[in-house]
Amino acid sequence: MATAAQSVPGRARTFLKNVRAGDEIAYLITFVFAASVVLITAILVFELWVKSGASIHKFGFNFLHTSTWDPVNDEFGALPFVYGTIITSILGLLLSVPLGVGAAIFLSELAPPKLSNALTFLVELLAAVPSVIFGLLAIFALVPLMRSFVQPWLISAFGWSPFFKGPPYGFGVLTASMVLAIMMFPYIISISREALIQVPREQREAALALGATRWEATWDAVVPFARLGIVGSVFLSLARALGETMAVTMVIGNDPKINASILAPGYTIASVIANEFTEATGDMHLSALIELGLVLFLITIILNGLGQLLLMLTTRQGTAR
Amino acid sequence: MIMSATPKPGITGTRSEETVESPAPPAPAAATGPKLRASNVNFFYGKFQALHSISIDFPENQITALIGPSGCGKSTFLRTLNRINDTIRGARFTGEVVMDGSSITQVDVTELRRRVGMVFQRPNPFPKSIFDNIAYGVRINGLARRSEIADVVEKSLRRAALWEEVKDKLNKSAYALSGGQQQRLCIARALAVNPEVLLLDEPCSALDPIATSKIEELLLSIRDQCTLIIVTHNMQQAARVADLTGFFLMGKLVEFNKTDVIFKNPAKKETEDYITGRFG
Amino acid sequence: MLILWRKTVNGVMLTLTGICAFVTASALFLILGYLVWNGGKSLDWNFFTKLPLSPGELGGGMANAIIGSAKIVALAALIGVPVGFLSGVYIAEFSGKAMANVIRYTADLLNGVPSIVIGIFAWTLLVVPMHHFSAWAGGFALSLMVIPVTLRATEQFLGQVPLALREGALALGASKWRSVATVVIPAARTGIMTGIILGVARVSGETAPLLFTALNNQYWSKGFGEPTASLPVMIYTHAISPYEDWHRQAWAAGLVLLGLVLVANIAARMVLAKGAASQRG
Repeated sequence: MATAAQSVPGRARTFLKNVRAGDEIAYLITFVFAASVVLITAILVFELWVKSGASIHKFGFNFLHTSTWDPVNDEFGALPFVYGTIITSILGLLLSVPLGVGAAIFLSELAPPKLSNALTFLVELLAAVPSVIFGLLAIFALVPLMRSFVQPWLISAFGWSPFFKGPPYGFGVLTASMVLAIMMFPYIISISREALIQVPREQREAALALGATRWEATWDAVVPFARLGIVGSVFLSLARALGETMAVTMVIGNDPKINASILAPGYTIASVIANEFTEATGDMHLSALIELGLVLFLITIILNGLGQLLLMLTTRQGTAR
Repeated sequence: MIMSATPKPGITGTRSEETVESPAPPAPAAATGPKLRASNVNFFYGKFQALHSISIDFPENQITALIGPSGCGKSTFLRTLNRINDTIRGARFTGEVVMDGSSITQVDVTELRRRVGMVFQRPNPFPKSIFDNIAYGVRINGLARRSEIADVVEKSLRRAALWEEVKDKLNKSAYALSGGQQQRLCIARALAVNPEVLLLDEPCSALDPIATSKIEELLLSIRDQCTLIIVTHNMQQAARVADLTGFFLMGKLVEFNKTDVIFKNPAKKETEDYITGRFG
Repeated sequence: MLILWRKTVNGVMLTLTGICAFVTASALFLILGYLVWNGGKSLDWNFFTKLPLSPGELGGGMANAIIGSAKIVALAALIGVPVGFLSGVYIAEFSGKAMANVIRYTADLLNGVPSIVIGIFAWTLLVVPMHHFSAWAGGFALSLMVIPVTLRATEQFLGQVPLALREGALALGASKWRSVATVVIPAARTGIMTGIILGVARVSGETAPLLFTALNNQYWSKGFGEPTASLPVMIYTHAISPYEDWHRQAWAAGLVLLGLVLVANIAARMVLAKGAASQRG
C-alpha cells in the first residue's frame, strides 16, 4: 500500500500494480479452473482407452462383430449390444420424429403465441423427468399395455413377417423403443420449433402468393427451409437415445441375442454395463465392459458433433441451401 | 369531381379532393370496368389504423404505380389486394375490393392468390432447383399435365427474360443465381400460374441499376397480358414504367392520376413536395 | 375437384399437427397423473423417516435414500458449480478466442458423455483406489455433469450483460476483475442461478452414474466414505424387484423425486422468464 510519504507517480505506480495484480490473480484462478475442465475430460478419455486396453488387445475389431458374450470363458463379442442399441434408437426415432416434427410445425406455424409458449413449456418440462421415472412408468404402465393389447394385435396382424414373431412378453425391443421415443420428444420438438420459427416469413408468403393452402405453404416451403435444423435435432436426439440407460434397461428384457423380431427382448450397451459392471467376473470382463463404454462414447461424440454442426449451419447461414 | 378522359376505352382515373369523403365514381358497364376496384378500404393492425378510406380503380392491362414515403401504407394496401395480410395476427380491413365483379373476401383465398400474384421486395426463391421453383405453383394448382410442365417452365422463364441465362442449369439450386436473376426467377414463378393481376412490392429495391432496368423492361413487356400494380420508392421508376400513379401519404391516398399528370402537373401540394424531394 | 382435395388435405394435416402437439404436451400430465395416483397412496410419514425394511414388512421408508441423495447432490454441486462457474467466467471475461473455443468444445464433449460412461470413469478414478464404493465417488460423478451445464449458463448470461454496463464500471476506475465481480456477474446472476438450479435438478434424478460409485445402502451411511443410498437408485432396485411392497415404495419415491425436480425446473424457468421480461422492459 502506498504511504503518504510516496510521491504521486510512485503512488500511482503502486496502485496500478495492485490493480493489475488483482487482475492477474483473477485471470490465473479462473484459468486454472477452466484448464481443469479440459484436464479432467482428457483423463476421462485416457482412462477409458487404457482400461479397455486388455479387451482391445485380445479381441481387436472382432469385438464389434462377434456375438458370443461368455464371461465364464472370457469370450466377449459386442455385436448383440451394438445391434440392440442401434435398433432401439432408430425405432425410437421412427416413432418420435413424425410426432415431434408434427408438433413442432403446429407450435411454430399454427398455434397462437400464447398457446404455443404454454405447450412448449410443458413439452420442455418432459426433458426434466429423470430416466428412472420413465422406466418406472414403462414397467408398470406400458409393459402390461403391450403385453395385453398392443403386442397380441401386432402378432395377429403382422405375425407372418419375421419382425413380429414371438410371444407377447410385454418387455422387449419395441417397448424400449417406445419409451425412448417419448424421451426424445422434447429435444426434437424444441429444436425443430426453433428452426421453423427462424424461417423468414417471405418463404411462407411466397408459397401462399402462388395460391398454396396453409398446409402446402408450410410443408413445401417452410419445412424444407428448416430441414438442416430439423435433421440436427434428430442427430442430437439420437445421441441422447443411444446413451440412455435406466429406462431402457428396465424394459428391454436383457437378452444378449440378436433377433429380427422387435417383440423379442434385447440388450443395449448401456444396459449390459449397468447390469454386469458390479458383478464382473474378472479383469477381462471388466475390460470388455469398459471397451463397450468407449464405443458408446465415440458414437455419441460423432453424432453430437454432427448435430451441433448442422444447427450451427442453420443459424449462421440462415438458409437451408 | 373531374374524370380524366383518355382515348383508351375503360380507363378511369379518380382524383379525390378530400381523400376521406369521396368514393370512387360508378364505373361504366362491367365488361369495360376496372380489373380491380378498391372502395373505401380502411386497414387496421390491431388498434392502429394504417389505411384511411382508400378508393382506387386499377384498369386492366395497365401498370399502376403506388408511390409515397416510408411507412405511408402503400405496401399494406398492396398486400390487402391478395389478402396476404390475412396471415398477420390482428390485421383486418373494412371496405370492399372487387375483382371482375366479385369481392375478394367472398372468393376462395387460394384461388384469389393464384389469380393475383405477388413479387416481394427481396427475392425469395424456395430452397429448390430453378425448375422446381417455377413448377411449384403449376403443380399445386394442377394447371398442367406432367408432360407439359417443362413447357410451362420454359414459357415463364422466357416471359421473365431469364430463359437464355438459365436454360442449361435448370436443375441447379435457385440460390446459385445472382440477386437480379433470383428476382426475375420470382417473377417467372409468379407468371407461371397465369395470374391476371401481378402485385410487385418494391421489386427492385434490393437490386443494382442494371438488374433494375432489366426488370423494368420485363414489366413493360408483360403488361398486355397482365394488370400490374407496383409499389416503389423510386419515383424515376414510376415515371419510366407506370401508366397511372397513386401518391400515398400517412395511410391516405392523396392523389391518383396518369403518371404524366402526377409528375408534371400535380394537383396537390403534398404531391408536389414529395416529387420535388422536399421530404423523403 | 382438385381444390376440394387440397382443402381437405389442408384441414386434415393441420388438425393432425395439433393432435401431435397436444399428445406430446399431455405426456407430462400422464406421467404426473400416474405417479400421483400410485405414489400418493403409498406416501406417508414413514416414507420420510424410516429406513427400508425387508419386503413384506410394512412401515418402512426411504429416509436414508433422501438423506443420501441430498449428500451426493450437495457434493456434486459443491464441486461442480464453482468449477463450472469460474471456468465460465474465464471464457466470458478473460480468455482469448482460441482458448475459449477449446474449453467450450471440451465442455460440450463432457456434456455429451453418456451418464453410464461417467459412472465408469468415476469408478476407475475413485472407487478402485479407495477399494470401496462411496458418496465421494457418486458426488464426483455427478459433478462432472454439473460442470458443463453451469459453464454454459455462466458464459451465456455473462455474454448478455450489455457493454455499456461493463464500460461504466471500468470508466469509474474499477479494475477488470473488480468490474467483473461487482458489476457484471451480479447483472447476470439471475440467469446463472437458474442455469445452476436446472443443472443440479437434472443430476439429482440421475441413476446410472451412481450404480457403481455410490452403489446403494439399506442403512444409514456415515460420512461420505461408504456406499450411500439415493432416491433414483432406490427407485430402480425397488421397481425391478418382484415384491408388491417394494413397488409401492418405488411409486412413492418416484413421486417425491419427480415433484422435487419439476418444482425446481418450473421455479427456475419462471424466474428466468421474469428476468428476461424485466430486462426487455
